[in-house]
Amino acid sequence: MGILEVKNVGKRFGGLKALDNVNLSVQENTVHAIIGPNGAGKSTLLNCLIGKLIPDTGSVMFDGQSVLGRKPHEINQMGISRVFQTPEIFGDLTVFENVMIPIFARRDGAFALHAFKQVMNDRDIRERTEAMLADVNMLDKRDAHAASLSRGDKRRLEMAMCLSQQPKLLLLDEPTAGMARADTNNTIDLLKEIKAKRDITMCIIEHDMHVVFSLAERITVLAQGTPLVEDVPDNIKGHPKVREAYLGTAH
Amino acid sequence: MDALILQILNGLDKGSAYALIALGLTLIFGTLGVVNFAHGALFMLGAFCAVTLNRILTLSHTVVDESRTDFLGNPMKVDVPYLFDIVGPDTGAKLIEWSVPLSILFAIPVMILIGVVMERGLIKHFYKRPHADQILVTFGLAIVLQEVVKYFYGANPIPTPAPSAFSGSFDFGVLLGFDPYVIIYPYWRLVYFAFAMVVIAAVFAFLQFSTFGMVVRAGMADRETVGLLGINIDRRFTIMFGIAAAVAGLAGVMYTPINPPNYHMGMDFLVLSFVVVVVGGMGSLPGAVLAGFLLGILESLASMGWVIDLIPGINQIIIYLVAIVVLLTRPRGLMGRKGVMED
Amino acid sequence: MTDHTTDPRTAASARPATASHATETAFLGLGPKDFRLLLIVIALTMLAPFLLNPFPAGSELAQFNAGYPDLMQRFVIFGIFAIGFNILFGLTGYLSFGHAAFLGVGSYAAIWMMKLLTMNVIPAIVLSVIVAGIFALLVGFISLRRSGIYFSILTLAFAQMSYALAYSVLTPITGGETGLQAKINDPRILDPGAGQSLGRANLFGLEMGSSYNLQIGDWSFTFNAGYYLAAIVMLVGFYLAIRLFRSPFGMMLRAVKSNQQRMNYTGLNSRPYTLAAFVISGMYAGLAGGLMVAMDTQVGPERMFWTASGEVVLMTILGGAGTLIGPVLGAGMIKYMENIVSKINDNILHQWFSFLPDGLEDALVAIVYPFIGKGWNLTLGIVFMLVVIFLPGGLVQGGQKVARLFRRNNRKGGGAESEAAKKQPAE
Repeated sequence: MGILEVKNVGKRFGGLKALDNVNLSVQENTVHAIIGPNGAGKSTLLNCLIGKLIPDTGSVMFDGQSVLGRKPHEINQMGISRVFQTPEIFGDLTVFENVMIPIFARRDGAFALHAFKQVMNDRDIRERTEAMLADVNMLDKRDAHAASLSRGDKRRLEMAMCLSQQPKLLLLDEPTAGMARADTNNTIDLLKEIKAKRDITMCIIEHDMHVVFSLAERITVLAQGTPLVEDVPDNIKGHPKVREAYLGTAH
Repeated sequence: MDALILQILNGLDKGSAYALIALGLTLIFGTLGVVNFAHGALFMLGAFCAVTLNRILTLSHTVVDESRTDFLGNPMKVDVPYLFDIVGPDTGAKLIEWSVPLSILFAIPVMILIGVVMERGLIKHFYKRPHADQILVTFGLAIVLQEVVKYFYGANPIPTPAPSAFSGSFDFGVLLGFDPYVIIYPYWRLVYFAFAMVVIAAVFAFLQFSTFGMVVRAGMADRETVGLLGINIDRRFTIMFGIAAAVAGLAGVMYTPINPPNYHMGMDFLVLSFVVVVVGGMGSLPGAVLAGFLLGILESLASMGWVIDLIPGINQIIIYLVAIVVLLTRPRGLMGRKGVMED
Repeated sequence: MTDHTTDPRTAASARPATASHATETAFLGLGPKDFRLLLIVIALTMLAPFLLNPFPAGSELAQFNAGYPDLMQRFVIFGIFAIGFNILFGLTGYLSFGHAAFLGVGSYAAIWMMKLLTMNVIPAIVLSVIVAGIFALLVGFISLRRSGIYFSILTLAFAQMSYALAYSVLTPITGGETGLQAKINDPRILDPGAGQSLGRANLFGLEMGSSYNLQIGDWSFTFNAGYYLAAIVMLVGFYLAIRLFRSPFGMMLRAVKSNQQRMNYTGLNSRPYTLAAFVISGMYAGLAGGLMVAMDTQVGPERMFWTASGEVVLMTILGGAGTLIGPVLGAGMIKYMENIVSKINDNILHQWFSFLPDGLEDALVAIVYPFIGKGWNLTLGIVFMLVVIFLPGGLVQGGQKVARLFRRNNRKGGGAESEAAKKQPAE
């Protein structure tokens, strides 16, 4: 039983079958990639995983509970953290505050009215924030405004924010989309570094093969709304069906 | 039945004003993505165009009229408009009487100019700023504009009558087959409604059938792509702002006989026009027009005696109530486009 | 799952200066800088009767004196209003165009308390806060379902509705157009003298209208009980606002403004945060409304008109939205302009410029005249636009820019000072 179980999920938009009978199981402590050419249904599947879309058929279970129809903050509270295509951070806040917020959220829940405590006097939160920033080598930038960071640092910060919550599952939505080669490689290194330091379950949705083969331990290939194959990277590389559906068209 | 029709008719003139202002607001919002709180001020400026033209036409010099004497027995001094010297007293008097309709010709270039200057000088710099900043800076501009008008024209309403041919009322009910004296309707309101329809039709035709309008409509749908095609969309949007300003101005010009203009009339209409835009659906031109008339008529219907007896005060709040219900149940408004200012 | 956070000690040793980031609490749970700010504000408000009357009575400049009770009360009451508005707009970025409704509702609640119960201001003020809070909860619950311009329109719609209703249908409760005043025949069940004389607003016997005049030479200073009550209430409100700004709650509100999507995907439900901010800010508005009634024992519906809501927006932005002291400064500035600048007329201008040659004098007066006296709104509009365009942080940001400029000049001057300048943390 995987931590994330997608069963028989189907979704139609008018006459278009965006997803058709998708079955998927993400095992704990693995890096699982979902790849496929543009229009294969990756984004639709992702939106079903985060509760934004409710599929017409099937179920999405996370850690034994259904995620369907839940609000983003509820899904996060279940243990899913999410990295966006372009880093979503609190630009007006300092790096330190950016990391404190998810730690508060994990400790105090979706809402807590601490209107008369001082943020910086909360030792527990402060130490955990410092530790997290040290972990991603960003302590020296702690007082910088997040919006002023370089793109690579923004990605690093977003990653730190997600990891600080010790998520059961880290969802990455095309983390290298629109990046230059050098930035892409940096992101890959960052993810590898994170993976090396801890046990973590990651689910990467990506169309860049280079990223996927550098990171993934298991790959699901999606084409025209259905999973084509699911296997370890080595077997995917040479798989004739994948070649036909993906590499053939993409290159 | 006749009472109902009378109320609907009564709602038309306010509805027309709402529709025209909301149309301009939507044009600006749809093309430029700017929330213009100064749009009511443009309506007010239009009204004062009519006042100004009237003042220009009646600009006078004093002559001594030997044929008449004042109460002291001295020859009477009378003010004679310069206009009389140029075109003769008869034509002059006619021109002055028709100054409100004439102001249309005067207001169009003036308002377009004001609009273009406003867009180039101020609004342009706020495209990339948050909507809150746009609201705030145009709100400030509205204050400045109305204070300037107040400085030059004073705080009191200035009566600006319609030509005598259109003043007074007529029995509209008889035309529709009702008994006489049931539906008495002022001429000018009918003129205003017809005028509004013409302006609205002109704007829609312009957007629908001219290449310029096509580009603008494309720009409303997807600004970036049109920009990529190498079309200078910014200049077209500037002109569009001028047109929106002119539409608001014309609405103001023709409204002067219905309500003597004062410096804060723009703000009064602005609040309601925003509600209209939101009900119609942000970014939808037909929605703005439809909601304008709908709310104008609804407001009028809610002021009927038995409605007020039933729900006291409903006439005061009906528009806001509708807006709240629409916003909560149909966030996009009646005819709003997808993806415009959604959360 | 293993514990993958690094040992905190390593983190600390990586940066010895870390300790300095743990805020030392100076007093009252405030950091040293905030505490200093609070002390300054306390000093300014307590000494206001002196500070606002710098010119001798009877002198030509006496018209610039703002130290009379009525105006001083308005300074602090609108200060409270703006502090509250800033908690919503400054922190969350939700621009409410209907905050005057809460002020009005608070006022009506207060006047009824005075009519029915007692002229003692305490029950009136307490009830005004509670009623405004409940009303804000209702309006906020509905309005906050939308954001951006839609939120602004919704709040505007609610406020205009309240105004229209207070003006018409609710006349039995609101007194309609004429509003409500304290009257001789009010029941005032707790007051012994009720029914015989017109009661005066008081605090356990201390009348709000009572003043003490101090003459020092040509100078005259007025110390008014009502002002000091309002000032103390404002100081408490200001202190609570500082605490809120520095609290986790305040940080969450800034997070809402910065990136609501990220906030939601971080496991935080932004709706209760914004609603709490809305209600708190509505309570501040109600408090301001209650205090107004405590000062002049009357209320009218125009207090709820949308231009009144616009005024608090102007105050907050002008002073500096999102800053602590900005809204108070903005409120003071606008009220000063409204009451003092608006009184300057062309005669006074001619006197000022009388040292100039006649032609130049007339020209200068003609240029300045539109901006003063009745034209003060024009000045306000222009200043406001300039602030929005060039100083989104308001006058506070402007002050900081100027201060930074001075510091830079100083650094050129001497090495010792430059060290001090560097140590000043950026704000």
